[in-house]
Amino acid sequence: MAEEVKLFRTWSSPFPLRIVWALKLKGIEYETILEDLQNKSSLLLQYNPVHKKVPVLLHNGKPILESLVILEYIEETWKQHPLLPEDPFEKATARFWARFNDEELLPSIWNASTKQGKEQEEAIVQVEENLKYVEEELKGNVFFGGETIGYLDLAFGWLANLVSVLEEVTGLSLTASGKFPLLSAWMQNFSDAPVIKECWPPRDKLIIRYQAMIEKYTAVAAPK
Amino acid sequence: MSTTDVKLLGGWPSPFVMRARIALNIKSVDYQFLQEKLGEKSERLLKSNPVYKKIPVVIHADKLICESLIIVQYIDDVWTSGPSILPSDPYDRAIARFWAAYIDDQWFPSVRGIAFIAEGDEAKKEALEQVAAGLELLEDAFTKCSKGGNFFGGERIGYLDIALGCFLAWLRVTEKLGNVKLLDEAKAPNLCKWAECFCSDAAVKDVMPETDWLSLNHNIRKTSRKSFRTQSTSFHNGNIRSLSSPTHNDSTESKKITTEPLLPICPSNASDLPSNDPIVR
Repeated sequence: MAEEVKLFRTWSSPFPLRIVWALKLKGIEYETILEDLQNKSSLLLQYNPVHKKVPVLLHNGKPILESLVILEYIEETWKQHPLLPEDPFEKATARFWARFNDEELLPSIWNASTKQGKEQEEAIVQVEENLKYVEEELKGNVFFGGETIGYLDLAFGWLANLVSVLEEVTGLSLTASGKFPLLSAWMQNFSDAPVIKECWPPRDKLIIRYQAMIEKYTAVAAPK
Repeated sequence: MSTTDVKLLGGWPSPFVMRARIALNIKSVDYQFLQEKLGEKSERLLKSNPVYKKIPVVIHADKLICESLIIVQYIDDVWTSGPSILPSDPYDRAIARFWAAYIDDQWFPSVRGIAFIAEGDEAKKEALEQVAAGLELLEDAFTKCSKGGNFFGGERIGYLDIALGCFLAWLRVTEKLGNVKLLDEAKAPNLCKWAECFCSDAAVKDVMPETDWLSLNHNIRKTSRKSFRTQSTSFHNGNIRSLSSPTHNDSTESKKITTEPLLPICPSNASDLPSNDPIVR
């Protein structure tokens, strides 16, 4: 039976981008369905009624949801170009740091970008603490996956372009500070990898988008 | 492999720790249960899990594995000769992982909302509605995942059974203390039946806390700074079960687990569940 692989995504969201990268690294043909989250399609709502979010991977009509779950599904279904280590402990470690990215690092960077005053200062301290962990986790390797891009590189991948967008919009210096040389080197290496490079959303559009988002958040939160 | 090669850092009331214990039981892995004193974080815990400073932590030889669902998957990946915990089919695995993440990220926080945080009728009402909506989704998920079996995993307990089942005792405590009905036979008949099967499973029954002890634990933590040391000495050496109903096997002398003497379980300052509590994963 011919494989039918479809990916519901938006042009800018970093989570579906993980899936794009994984599919390309494994050489899997797929169809993109672009969503407008202000006007979600009935198909998206049908396939992801619980969260109503992207990404959704549709494989032969079956929906798989949540980006990290999708990555594991792709890994288990298409064995070429393995993304996860074979060793159970290394696998557990990769899963741990991927969750850390989603639950701690990403929210802390968002907080630093959208909060103001003392709250922002505290958020920045938290970001630096979190980035220290990430820097250590590289262990001197080119990629988190070792010699080649793997699951954890894809999980952290959003850092390689979105952090500089947020820094440009907010004037903050998070990784640009030079405090995290290994991480900065990784961001460059990851960003330059052909499969990754060809997928980045247009930077100028991202700047406009995040500028608007941050203005909206800070306006809502601003003291009257 | 000797018992000391696998250690589990945790506490008996924690549903997240229970996940690790059930998984180890399924695989018949001997381990040493190192109990953390509730309300305090030991040096050992802070060193073992510096990022989150939370239980459970599995220490396997010199390796540290944190986060309960990651631990369960690790156990499944390492001890391959025992029964599988995750399904074998990639799609079924994805479904199990999806619902486990949903339970942790959305559903259990709404349960906790009732027990500890909600004050005033409106907040409680909202929390109850959220829990009920979640259970409706999980009832439907059960029908699809179980494929006619008694468990989410089919004929045997699996990853999603462990992910949800660990909260059953807390559900009962919340119902009892909040005077509410959460797991309702009329609305979730399959889940109710599943709950019974789960709690009486061999891998579960010795590690599922009795509702009474969990309620006591909850009250100690929620209310006063009074010392309950007199009562707590009865909990010494894992003899909790010997004070509970006869449905539990008192297997403290079992070959499988060695338990460190249980320090008094009441914290010197009872704190509510949120963030600095070592119980949450």
